[in-house]
Amino acid sequence: MSAHRLPAPWGTRLDRAARVPFSFDGRDFEGFAGDTLASALLANGVRLTGRSFKYHRPRGVFAAGVEETSTLVDVGEGAYRSPNENAATLELVPGLTASSVNRWPSLRFDFGAINARLAAVLPAGFYYKTFKWPDWHWYEPSIRRMAGLGRVANASDPDRYEEIAVEVDVLVVGAGLAGLCAARAAAEAGARVRVLAAGPQPGGALAYRDPQRARELAASAERAGARIATRTLAFGVYDHGLVCAREKLVEQDGAQRPRLRERLWKIRARAVIAATGAFERPMVFPDNDRPGVMLAGAVEEYARAFGVACGRRVVVAANCDSAYDTARSLREAGMEVVAVVDRRREAERGRDPGPGTRVIAGAGLSAVFGRNGVSGCSVRQDAAPTGRAERLDCDLIASAGGFAPAVHLHSHAGGRLRWLDAEAMFVPDGPAGVVVSVGACAGVFDATAAAEHAELAGRALARGERLPPWPAPGIGRSLAHTALSGARGKQFVDLQNDVDLGDVALAARENYRSVEHLKRYTTTGMGTDQGKTSNVNALVALGEFSGREPAAVGTTTFRPPFVPVTLGTFVGRRTGALYRPLKRLPAEAWHVERGALFEQFGNWWRPAAYPQPGEDLHAAAQREAAAVRRGAGLMDGSPLGKLDVFGPDAAAFLDLMYVGTVSTLKAGQARYGVVLNEHGVVMDDGIVARLADNRFWVNTTSAGVERTAAAFEEWLQCEYPQLRLCITPVTSHYGNVTVAGPRAWAWLASIGFDAALAPKAMRHMTLREATWEGTPLKVMRASFCGELSYEINLPVDRTRALLDRLWARAAEFEAVPYGIEALEILRTEKGYLHVGTDTDGTTLPGDIGMARGVERKAANFVGRRSLLRPAALDPNRFVLVALDSADGRTLLPVGAQIAPEPPPTRTQGHVTSSYFSPTLGRPVALAMLERGGSRVGERIKVHHLGRVIEAVVTRAPFVDPEGRRIDGEE
Amino acid sequence: MTSGYSAWSLLRGAVGGHRHWPPAWPAVEPKSRYDVIVVGGGGHGLATAYYLAKNHGLRNVAVVERGWIGGGNTGRNTTIVRSNYLYPESARLYDFSLKLYEGLGKDLDFNIMLSQRGLLMLAHSRHDLDAMSRWANAMRMNGIEVNLLDRAAVANLVPALDLSPRARLPVIGGFLQPRGGTARHDAVAWGYARAAAALGVDIIQNCEVRAFLKDGARVTGVETSRGRIQAVRVGIAAAGHSSVLAGLAGFRLPVTSYALQALVTEPIKPALDTVVISPGTGAYISQSDKGGMVIGAMLDLFPSYAQRGSFAVLQAILASTLEMFPSFSRLKMLRHWAGIVDVVHDSSPIIGPTPVPGLYINCGWGTGGFKAIPVGGWTLAHVLATGENHPLAEAFQLERFVTGRLVDEAAASGIAH
Amino acid sequence: MLRIRCIHCGPRDENEFVCGGTSHLTRPPLGASDGEWAEYLFFRDNPKGLHLERWRHAQGCGAWFNLARHTVTHEILAVYPITERPPAIVERTPPSAEGSR
Repeated sequence: MSAHRLPAPWGTRLDRAARVPFSFDGRDFEGFAGDTLASALLANGVRLTGRSFKYHRPRGVFAAGVEETSTLVDVGEGAYRSPNENAATLELVPGLTASSVNRWPSLRFDFGAINARLAAVLPAGFYYKTFKWPDWHWYEPSIRRMAGLGRVANASDPDRYEEIAVEVDVLVVGAGLAGLCAARAAAEAGARVRVLAAGPQPGGALAYRDPQRARELAASAERAGARIATRTLAFGVYDHGLVCAREKLVEQDGAQRPRLRERLWKIRARAVIAATGAFERPMVFPDNDRPGVMLAGAVEEYARAFGVACGRRVVVAANCDSAYDTARSLREAGMEVVAVVDRRREAERGRDPGPGTRVIAGAGLSAVFGRNGVSGCSVRQDAAPTGRAERLDCDLIASAGGFAPAVHLHSHAGGRLRWLDAEAMFVPDGPAGVVVSVGACAGVFDATAAAEHAELAGRALARGERLPPWPAPGIGRSLAHTALSGARGKQFVDLQNDVDLGDVALAARENYRSVEHLKRYTTTGMGTDQGKTSNVNALVALGEFSGREPAAVGTTTFRPPFVPVTLGTFVGRRTGALYRPLKRLPAEAWHVERGALFEQFGNWWRPAAYPQPGEDLHAAAQREAAAVRRGAGLMDGSPLGKLDVFGPDAAAFLDLMYVGTVSTLKAGQARYGVVLNEHGVVMDDGIVARLADNRFWVNTTSAGVERTAAAFEEWLQCEYPQLRLCITPVTSHYGNVTVAGPRAWAWLASIGFDAALAPKAMRHMTLREATWEGTPLKVMRASFCGELSYEINLPVDRTRALLDRLWARAAEFEAVPYGIEALEILRTEKGYLHVGTDTDGTTLPGDIGMARGVERKAANFVGRRSLLRPAALDPNRFVLVALDSADGRTLLPVGAQIAPEPPPTRTQGHVTSSYFSPTLGRPVALAMLERGGSRVGERIKVHHLGRVIEAVVTRAPFVDPEGRRIDGEE
Repeated sequence: MTSGYSAWSLLRGAVGGHRHWPPAWPAVEPKSRYDVIVVGGGGHGLATAYYLAKNHGLRNVAVVERGWIGGGNTGRNTTIVRSNYLYPESARLYDFSLKLYEGLGKDLDFNIMLSQRGLLMLAHSRHDLDAMSRWANAMRMNGIEVNLLDRAAVANLVPALDLSPRARLPVIGGFLQPRGGTARHDAVAWGYARAAAALGVDIIQNCEVRAFLKDGARVTGVETSRGRIQAVRVGIAAAGHSSVLAGLAGFRLPVTSYALQALVTEPIKPALDTVVISPGTGAYISQSDKGGMVIGAMLDLFPSYAQRGSFAVLQAILASTLEMFPSFSRLKMLRHWAGIVDVVHDSSPIIGPTPVPGLYINCGWGTGGFKAIPVGGWTLAHVLATGENHPLAEAFQLERFVTGRLVDEAAASGIAH
Repeated sequence: MLRIRCIHCGPRDENEFVCGGTSHLTRPPLGASDGEWAEYLFFRDNPKGLHLERWRHAQGCGAWFNLARHTVTHEILAVYPITERPPAIVERTPPSAEGSR
C-alpha cells in the first residue's frame, strides 16, 4: 500500500483485493478496482497531472467529479484514443493508458510554460489588440499549434454506440440522499420511477459518508419498484421535457477491441425530479491553482471513498461552515489540520469549530508556496493589507468557499434563478416546467429537511398532487467576494482557461460588463468544465469591479450538455449503412451477377453501367447506348416513382396538379405532364395514365416521388378536402423493367408476351394491363430514349423472374442491360430534359418549352398564378436549348458558363447536360441560355475554368428528329 | 481614436497593470434625439452605425440594443466567411463583404482574426460534381477565384475526411474558395462598436424598442425601455426579430423565424485546417483557433423564437459530421446553442426602405448573415444616409416578392445558404 | 424534441412529423393582383408567441392537422382538424404573448 492510502474503512469504493495496473505518461502504476484515474494518481503521489490552457501552469487534481478542471488526459491509442477525458470521473480499468495533454515535450518540462512568464503582456483578449500588422495570417499558424488540449483519434471509431427510448411517470436525476428519498416515495405512491446515478453506484455523497444507509436507501427504493440506472448521467432537458442521458458501458482498458461503448437514453417522464447536488465554490487567493490546492469536499471524498490522503498537513481555506465538517473528517483520517483560515469574521461563523482546531478568522491566504506542489502558504488578516503575514507549512490547501447548487437541469427547462446574498448562491426560483429540484440543487443543504422535502415532492408528483412547500434554502453565511484586498499574484477564477481577477477587472474596465461579454472576452467558463466552479466567482468579481450586486450581474445561461458528451453517443447507430439508408433494387443480385457498376442516384443504389473487362464507366455506357439503338436493351426502372390515384374526383384533382390536362385522357391513354409548385417552378415530371374512369397510374421521377406524393397529399388534405380520392404511393410495390430498342418487341414476344402488346396493337403513350405467365402486368409504352420502349410494371417479387427470362434470350436480339449513364446519353440525344439536371429550383415551364401547354389549358392549376408575374414573363429568361460544339469534336463540360467575353462578365447561361453521342459520333449538349429560343444558329462561347470553347445553338432532338424510331423495327 | 491597440500598448499595459485601457465603447445614456437610430446591436447594426459615421459623416447616431451587443446571431454563428455565390447580384454583394473583411482588422484597429484558410465544398456524387462545376464557373464569371478539386486533392487538403469509396456519401471531389475561411465573431461586433463609438456613435445596451414614434405615416423615433428617442431616420437590423419590429411599425415581412443550431467540441490539437461544407449532408465544420471543432448544419424544421435547437436535428447534424469524419466520434460536444434566423423564400436579404416612410431595414439573411456584416452595414448606412438604395442592394428590395424577381441561390445551387 | 399529439395516433416525437408552416391562409383566385399573390406566397405575421400552423404526421398516418403552438416556449395549446377553425381557447389567447426571454 502506498504511503498515501488510508486503511479501511477509508476507501468505501475500493476493492483492495483487485489490483489494477495502469500507465500515465508512460510510467506504470497500480491502483485498486473502484479507483478513478485521479484517485489512483493521488494514491501514487502524482501531484503534477496537467498544464493549463493558456499559461501552461502546472496543475494537479482539483476536484472529485464532473467539475474537475485541471486533470484532463488522453486515453487509449490510435483509433481508440479519446481526448480530454476527465480523470476524476474516469474509472480505473486494467491496462488503462493515459497521457497528460497540452505540454511539450513533457509534463514536467513544458516549453509552453514560457507563456506564464509573458503573462503580463497576455491579458484577457490580448489577441484582439495586436497581430494586425502586417497581417493576422502571419501569426495564426503558430497560435493554432499552441491551442487545443488533447489529440483526436487517427482513424474511424471502432466502438459502437446505441440509443434507448424510455417512458416513465417520474424520472429522478441523481441518486444521492434526496434523489433516493424522492424515488422511494414516488414508487411507493404507485408511479413508474427511474433513477439515474451518474457514478458506478447509487448514494451520492451518502455512499461514502454513510455507506450502510446509502445501501439501505437504494435497496428500499428498488423494493418499492424504482429502477436505478448507474453510470448514467442526465446531460440535458430538451423541448417538452425530454431528458437525455449518457450511459457509459465500458472504459477504455488495455484490450483495444470494438465494443458497445456508450448508450444515449431519451427519457420522457410526466415529472422530472432533479436531485443533482451542488458544486463547491473555490476560494480566490494568489496562486490558488497550484497542485495541492483542492476543493475541500474533494479532499474528503478522496479520503472516504478512495482511501487517499491528498496531503498530510492541510490548511483549510474557508468561507463556509462546511469547512469545519471537512476539517473534522480529515482529522479523523489522520491528516493534520494546520488551521482553518476563515474569510468570515468570527460572528459570521455558524458553528463551533470543535476542540483542537485552530481557526484564523477574518483572514485569507495571501500567498501559496511551491510551484509543482504546495509547500506552504501565508495568511493575513483582511483588515491589514500591508500587515504581517503568517507563514503556515502545509502540503495541501482545501478550499471551501461555499456552494453553487447544480441548477443546470432546472435552467435547461427554462427555470428562473434567485440570488441569495447572504450565502452567495443562485437557487431555483420554483419549479421549471416538468422539472422540480430537491436537495442541494434546490439549495436545501440540511439533510433532514432535504430528505423530507424530497419525499413529499416524490409522492406529490407521483399522485399528481400539489407540490409541498419549499424548505428554506441555505448553507449558512458565505461571503460572495473571497479574495483579500491588495493581494498580489494571479488569483484564478477559471483554472482551465487561466482567467484571473486581473482579467475580470480588465473586462470591467473596458466595458465588457455584461456577464456574457465577460465570458466571451476573458473565456471564463468556456473550458471543458463549463465554469462549474468558476461561474459564481467570476460574476461576483465582475460585480465588484463594476459596482454591481451579483444579482444584478446575473449569470450566463446554462445550456445542455451538462458535461461534454461524445459525438458518437448522439449519433448512435446512424452511421455507415444506417446513415440515410440506401434504397435497393428488388433484383439487385441479378445486376451484381451481370457485373454492374453501382452508384448512388438520389437515394437509390443502382447500376450506372455494366462494364465488360477493360471498359470503364464511359466506354460501357457508350456501348450500351449504341446497343439500345441497334438491337435492344433492358433497364431496371424499379425506382421510377409510382402513385396510384383513385376516386371519383381523381381526374379533377390531377388537372389541378399538372400543367397538362389529365381529365381528357381515355382509359388506357397516357400523357406526359409537368408538376409545378405554387411558385410556378418545375418540381417534377412524368407520365400519367388512366387505368379507369376513377383510377390513374402516375409516374414521377425516381428522386421526386416522395416530394411529389407529399405535395399532392398536402393539396388534397389542406386545400381541396372536398375532393374524393386517395393517393397511394406504390413505388416499392411494383418492380419496373424497361425494355427498349428496335427489337424490344421481338424480344418480349420471344418470352411469351401477349400479342395485344405488340407495337401495332398498342400505340405509343398507352398503358395495358396484361398477364404474363400468371403475373399481372401494367405495361406502358413510353420512351425516354426515343426507341420503341416498354415499361413493364409487375409485382416486385416477380422482377427477377422477368429479368432472368429476358436474359436467357438476350443474345438472339443483341440485347444488353443498360445503366443510368447510357440512359442519360440516349435521352440527351433526343433532347429530353432531366428534371434536377437540366432544370433547377428556378425553372418555369416556359423555360423548358412548355409555354404553349400552359396557354392551351383554360383551367387553373397549382403554380399558374405565379407564371403571370413580371419575372415569369421576362423575355430574357434562360431557356433550354441544344448545343453543338463548333468543331464537332469537343465535349462541352457540364456547368460551363456561356458569355461573349471572358470573365469577369455577366453569364448568359450554362451547359446542363453533355455527352458524346455514339449514334452520331460527336458530342451533344443541352444548355440553359438567355433568350435561347431565338438564338438557334448563333455561335456562342462556353467558358470552363479558364478554357473557352466555341459552340453553336441548335435544335433538339439530335437523333431521329422525326420520331420514326418510336415503333421499332417493323 | 482613443487608445490604439498594438503590441506596444500591450507592453505598456504590462508595466502598468493594464490600467490604461479605456472602455472599448463607453456606456452612455440615450440622448433625446439623433439623426439616425439603428435598432439592433448585432454586427449588422454596429457596422451600419460605423459606416454612417465613417462613410457619410453622420455622427449623431445611436445603436439601441435590447440585450448586450453581439448577443444575437453575431455571437451564435459558425463564423464562416465566403463569397461562393452563383448569381451576379449575390456574388457582387458577398464578395464586396469579403473584401471589407480583408481590410477590417486594420480599418477598425481591432484584430478580428480573419483566417482565410480556404473553404471546401464537397461533392458526393457525379451529379454533385456537375453542379459544382456550374457553381465554380459561375463564380469565375463573377471574378471570384475558385478551384475545382478531384478526390486526391481533397484528400491532401483534409486528411481526416473519410475517403473510402464505399462511404454512404463518398467524397469524389469538390471546390475550394481560397479566400473563404472564418473570422472571430465577437471581435467583429466589438471592433465595430469600438470604432463607431470612437467616431461619436452612442451604443446603448439593455434598451428595448417597444414602439415606433410616428408623425402621420412617418416614423420619427422609437419608444424604448429607456425612454423616448427621436430620430430623422430609423434603421432596423435585428435578424431573428425582424418580423416583431416590422409588426410594431405596422407592416409584414416575407420572413419566418427559425432556429439554426451550432455546436463546438472540446479543444483538441490541430486536426482540420480548412472549412469543410458538405451540401449533400447539410453539415459544415471548421476548427477554431482555440482548437474546438465548430459544427453547424441545416435549419430546424419549425418556426421558433426559442434560442435552443431541436434534439432531432442535433442528432442529424452529428450523424452527418461523423459520416464525413468518423474519427471524431470520440470527441465530446462541449457547447450547443441556436440562433434565430430570418428565413426568406429565396434565402437572399432585404436591404432598403420599408413601406413605412422614414424606416429602413436590413434583414432576411437566413443562415448566412455573419459573412455579410460589413456589406449589410455599408448598404444600410448608404440608404439611411442618402435615401437612395446602394447599387449593391438594388436587387434585394421587398418589391422582388411582388414581381417574382427572386435571387434564389438555394434553389439554383441545391444548398441552403 | 417536441411531443406532438397527432389527431389520429396520439402523442409522438417531433421527428415523425413535418411542419407545413402557417395555417388558415386563404389562397387568392387566379385573377388576384401580383401584390395579393405575393402576400399569400411570402408575407407572414411570424408571431413571437402563439402561431397557428399545420403539421403532417408524415411517418405515421399521413394526416395533416392544425396546431396552436407558442413559438418561444414551444408549448402546444391545441391540436385540431385541418378543416376547422381554431378552438375558443386559442382565439382568446393574444397572438403575440411575449414569451420568457
